[in-house]
Amino acid sequence: MFHEDKRVLFIDLNTEKLRIEKRPDLNEYLGGIGIAIKLFEENVHPQLPPLHESQPVVFAVGAITSIFPVMTKTVAVFRSPHTGELGESYAGGRLAFAMMDAGYDAIVLTGKSKKPTYISVRSDNVSFRDARALWGLPSTVIGRIIREREPGPGKRSIIRIGPAGENGVSYSSVCVDTYRHFGRLGLGAVLGSKNIKAMQVYGTTSIPIKDFPSYWKAYREIYKKCTDTELMQKYHDLGTSINIEPLNALGVLPTKNLKQAVFEHGDKISGEQFAECNLVRKMACVGCPVGCIHIGQFRREFDKAGHEYESISVSYDYELIFALGSYLGIKTTDEILELIDEVEELGMDAMSAGVVLGWATEALQKGLISEKETVIPLKFGDKENYIKALRYIAYQENDFYIALGKGAAHAASIYGGKDFAMQIAGNEMAGYHTGYGALIGMSCGARHSHLCNGGYSIDQGMKTLDIDLLVGKLFQEEIDRCMLNSLVMCLFARKVYDRETILMALNSVGYTFSSDDLTRVAEKIYATKIRVKRAMGFEQEKVEFPKRFFETPSLHGLLDETTAYEAQRKFNAMTNALMKKYDGPEDSGSKKDSAEEPAS
Amino acid sequence: MAKILRANGMNKCIGCFTCMLSCAAVNKKEHTTFKSAIRVRTTGGLTSSFVGIVCLGCTDERACAEACPTGALKPRKGGGVILEQEKCIGCRKCIDACIVGAVNFDEDLKVPIVCKHCGICAQFCPHECLTMEEV
Repeated sequence: MFHEDKRVLFIDLNTEKLRIEKRPDLNEYLGGIGIAIKLFEENVHPQLPPLHESQPVVFAVGAITSIFPVMTKTVAVFRSPHTGELGESYAGGRLAFAMMDAGYDAIVLTGKSKKPTYISVRSDNVSFRDARALWGLPSTVIGRIIREREPGPGKRSIIRIGPAGENGVSYSSVCVDTYRHFGRLGLGAVLGSKNIKAMQVYGTTSIPIKDFPSYWKAYREIYKKCTDTELMQKYHDLGTSINIEPLNALGVLPTKNLKQAVFEHGDKISGEQFAECNLVRKMACVGCPVGCIHIGQFRREFDKAGHEYESISVSYDYELIFALGSYLGIKTTDEILELIDEVEELGMDAMSAGVVLGWATEALQKGLISEKETVIPLKFGDKENYIKALRYIAYQENDFYIALGKGAAHAASIYGGKDFAMQIAGNEMAGYHTGYGALIGMSCGARHSHLCNGGYSIDQGMKTLDIDLLVGKLFQEEIDRCMLNSLVMCLFARKVYDRETILMALNSVGYTFSSDDLTRVAEKIYATKIRVKRAMGFEQEKVEFPKRFFETPSLHGLLDETTAYEAQRKFNAMTNALMKKYDGPEDSGSKKDSAEEPAS
Repeated sequence: MAKILRANGMNKCIGCFTCMLSCAAVNKKEHTTFKSAIRVRTTGGLTSSFVGIVCLGCTDERACAEACPTGALKPRKGGGVILEQEKCIGCRKCIDACIVGAVNFDEDLKVPIVCKHCGICAQFCPHECLTMEEV
């Protein structure tokens, strides 16, 4: 770590054997997504299904993780059971810091445990613990039990799945340290299929600072940018929920299954409203002086007779308020927090869960399905029934809910209504109906996330539409973020870390990268992602857009279907041109020349 | 004027651990939280509150120094102690003696880590949880 060779821990769950490899060849990939995608490419079985026990899960931390402000995230790469192709998800919390302490740049899990298990990864050992009695328990309870059994209070990370992951819901999440998540694309189901309920990471390794004056100068400068300037202020103040009000005012807040993009009750679920009524605390990932994690509290009556209440705290953000709020017509902050809490307990991606329920509600309204399927009358604005429906999905109540548990595209392929099943390439939409940027950004983004290339932001910055310019910007951002995600920084800090600042940080700890090197790394990572996606069967030009995207006006008015497909083709042509530069898998013949003895 | 570190705003703590990382970076030249003189932890999981364990800067009677069999801990002006490392045998009696648990231990060098009240942690606390008090 930090200009030594990358150190990778391989855990074979079938045999409970470990292997540690030093991988000098991975140094040029920086870290994070760079080394994760490379390790994934080496270990994935494109011919086998996502939940096959041979499929790998790779966790990786960045090149300067935890030692510079806001370098706080861990990336997980896996074959997504939700889309069938690239699963790439990021989580904050303490995992990156704990992996640094444990002394690993990456952890690769393969195989399947014989019985429900939790893994304890430490710098001096890896243990496989009996988790049979934990199977079925919500992630909140798992955290407490493991906390009480394992060492390292305050410095460890505990990641865990809920019932949805155990039962194979294709968008089940992994909770990281109570308030953060590997949310998207179904890592929860992958771990569940491997019989892994949880993983704790803890270590006591410390890394000597070789050139203190140089490091400290860079650190101070970046810390100051994070805390003394306006660059990150909004993330700490009201948090990402600050966007509800302006995006609703712009008419881009997806509402009631995107039948509309303005929510008539938007003012009741704004960031200001949450701060006023529910915000009780803010927290940070380790190494982040900003602290964007907003904890909201609500109370729930459990006995009407005697005024009996419990108080519950959950973290909230813009995307959750969109998916479990406006998208489902939920109009109070308390009800949204209650839905977030339910999703948290069950262990599902809040965004996919909300969008899937939006489709189900409209399908019921339109008579494509009946209460025979839904069991309860789903209705926009009806929190109680949505809570029941979430449980039905997680616990696989009937064939309909089993289908819903595989995503909107899958459910619509059985029951109809694909024109309003708001997913792109199998992944449910994010909370921005801003225009072609958001749409093409999600279809062409390697993991079909709004964060692949920030298309929603490009839409907002573009006054008059210029498709070529838009596609060019999306492509550039997609590539650039491959580099940012190899660091792995929180993308909220992307304005702090311009290219010059990144080079200053890297150089101060001994990495000798130049700006051109970073560009090459970014392109190489992107090319590797595309190669892996295509090996798993992904074809960009086969991605279809649900018609609803073209029926509800966006920031750029009504979108035109032909223009959207044309833009998708243009993006893909740019990808193809880049792929020619990086043709074929790299020779990685020297990768195993310095294997260490296993740690136990 | 001598100054003493006070963790009197821990209700505002966001758990970023920058205090620990900066203490160890400056005083130990290492990236770690294990060699920090200040220790921040929760009182029981992340849903509970954070506490900051710091040297209280005892003045007249210093239990850690009293417990030291070799006289390696000398009174610091304004409160607390200064470690004379060459006299330390790593017996850890100071750790037991400090009733608030503020003496940490360097497992590599086998010496205690005592707060110098240098103020680096307070300087890098983003949320005014830590302050330097003139005494």
